[in-house]
Amino acid sequence: MRTSSPKPNSAPRQRATGRRSPLATVALIAIGLVATGGAYALASTTATATNPAIVHQASADEGKKLFAANCANCHGLDAAGTDEGPSLHGVGAASADFQLGTGRMPLAMQGPQGEKKTPQFTAEQIADLVAYVASLAPGPALPEDRYLQADGSASKGAELYRINCAMCHNVAGAGGALTQGKFAPALAGVEARHIYEAMVTGPQNMPVFSDLNITPQQKADIITYLKFIENNPSVGGADLGSLGPVSEGLFIWIFGLGAIVAMTVWIAARPN
Amino acid sequence: MAKHDGETSAAAGSAIEKKLAREVSAGTAVISSNALENPGLPPHQPRVTDLDPKKEKAAQRRVIWLFTLSIIGSVFAIYAYIAFPIEPGNLTSTRVNNLLVGLGIATALLPIGIGAIYWAKNLMKNDELVEERHGTRGTEETRAAAAEVFRVGNEESGFGRRTLLRNTLIGAVVAAPLPGIVMLRDLAPSADPVEAFSRTMWKAGTRLARDGSGTAIKASDVTLGSVFHVVPYDLPEAEHKLEEKAKAAVLLMRLKPEDFVHNITPGREDWHYHGIVAYSKICTHVGCPVALYEQHTHHLLCPCHQSQFDITREAAVIFGPAKRPLPQLPITVDAEGYLIAQSDFHEPVGPSFWERS
Repeated sequence: MRTSSPKPNSAPRQRATGRRSPLATVALIAIGLVATGGAYALASTTATATNPAIVHQASADEGKKLFAANCANCHGLDAAGTDEGPSLHGVGAASADFQLGTGRMPLAMQGPQGEKKTPQFTAEQIADLVAYVASLAPGPALPEDRYLQADGSASKGAELYRINCAMCHNVAGAGGALTQGKFAPALAGVEARHIYEAMVTGPQNMPVFSDLNITPQQKADIITYLKFIENNPSVGGADLGSLGPVSEGLFIWIFGLGAIVAMTVWIAARPN
Repeated sequence: MAKHDGETSAAAGSAIEKKLAREVSAGTAVISSNALENPGLPPHQPRVTDLDPKKEKAAQRRVIWLFTLSIIGSVFAIYAYIAFPIEPGNLTSTRVNNLLVGLGIATALLPIGIGAIYWAKNLMKNDELVEERHGTRGTEETRAAAAEVFRVGNEESGFGRRTLLRNTLIGAVVAAPLPGIVMLRDLAPSADPVEAFSRTMWKAGTRLARDGSGTAIKASDVTLGSVFHVVPYDLPEAEHKLEEKAKAAVLLMRLKPEDFVHNITPGREDWHYHGIVAYSKICTHVGCPVALYEQHTHHLLCPCHQSQFDITREAAVIFGPAKRPLPQLPITVDAEGYLIAQSDFHEPVGPSFWERS
């Protein structure tokens, strides 16, 4: 080494001494290890944070434990279903993410319909459970982010919504009644990904609207429409819940006719 | 004595005698003795504004204030219309414009009415008065004069004498509306309406297409639990698109075959294709679109009157006012895998009509 750098100025001398130090090798190895480990850790955490769809075995293992503790009672230890709950083989990541992300699962009780409530798991736990359910059998995957931006065509979405969704969910997304205690929920305030997942998977009694029926871009248009009516005020003023003739008729019968009756009584009353 | 003096007879307590006396005096109408006496007007009560000049001034100020408010409302409506214009594409601006202009106009109109009534009730002259109705029958002279007008008119025109002329006039007046009635008849379908009710656009080989986009549906597109809103593929070429769509609209669902095959009536076994079934979307009650499909119960709900149909039992009515099941459209696939109709519906779709058997 010494013979390879015999130049008589100061810089090579410093370099030469640095190289010779016995600690240099140790330090270099340490830096290399920290850098690769840190980069790997960084990469893996950002991956789970931005897209929980990545099914890596560790997450699915965690999910299996959570499943055994929280879900197996009804769905069975192997998720093949029992008398109390359906099989989850093939329902896909989208279904699990919808049911857990909107708090519908785990059920508070058996009833006509699982209702929306505060999610019972953290986002990481949901990601683990989703990974586990997705690892059981192929099924609808989580939606791609580009379809959830609500930047499609609101007018095309409105037409599709009126044809396929409005009969149950109400043309303004206010929801509506079905048979025997079941109902189509209101759609205001529902996250775009949950709307998408519901269309793909058909949760509970909702029919399935697969990509072969309504393409992903058309689903994005429907989401655009729903977000548009959610974010834009009703031009006619108070929409009274958008329930149509029931709430509007009740309002005009009570307050409109009430005002007319009160006015008539006042006109005909004797002045004091 | 009693016959001529009502008061005396009343004092004597004889109702019959009193009735006789009243009959004589009234002359025309029968007035029973127990008729309710006209209570007359209640005594006149002066208002506080009549008695207290201060209150009168206050009432006047109130009316002035109401009319001033109306002027302010009018000015505000004009101001709001200019200051908060409707910007195209901005729904918030439309809402604000509507709200403020509406409030301004309401404030302009309502106080005028309230102020006018308040003025009339509290400040204008306060008298009770009664206006009696006059009799409906005219005087004998008026009646005779009117009859004379008719008699002279008849004599001068010869209406009663020239009978052929009169009768042709009557005939002309009767005939005049007939063209209108003939034209009204043409508002009905030109063909036999029963025929129009009984047929739809579906015929053997018509592809099933998505409502909206109009694209044909492959059997492989219909996944389990799916529901498709379907129209005939050649609907855009129909002469009366909306009328044809109103009859031909179909709901396409895919069930597990084992859920319903045991309920199929003989002769309809091949009407479904691997669990894909198509039913008319037009309710048999009064024709609302039935499209509220529940994937797991396989119930179809009509939103208008809550009729429910069980798809696993050939759309049998299980609840509500509908009397007949929804007609089923027999379907199969063509060589390219697209779903097609085997034929038209085998019965009329939609609500009952007079000639329907």
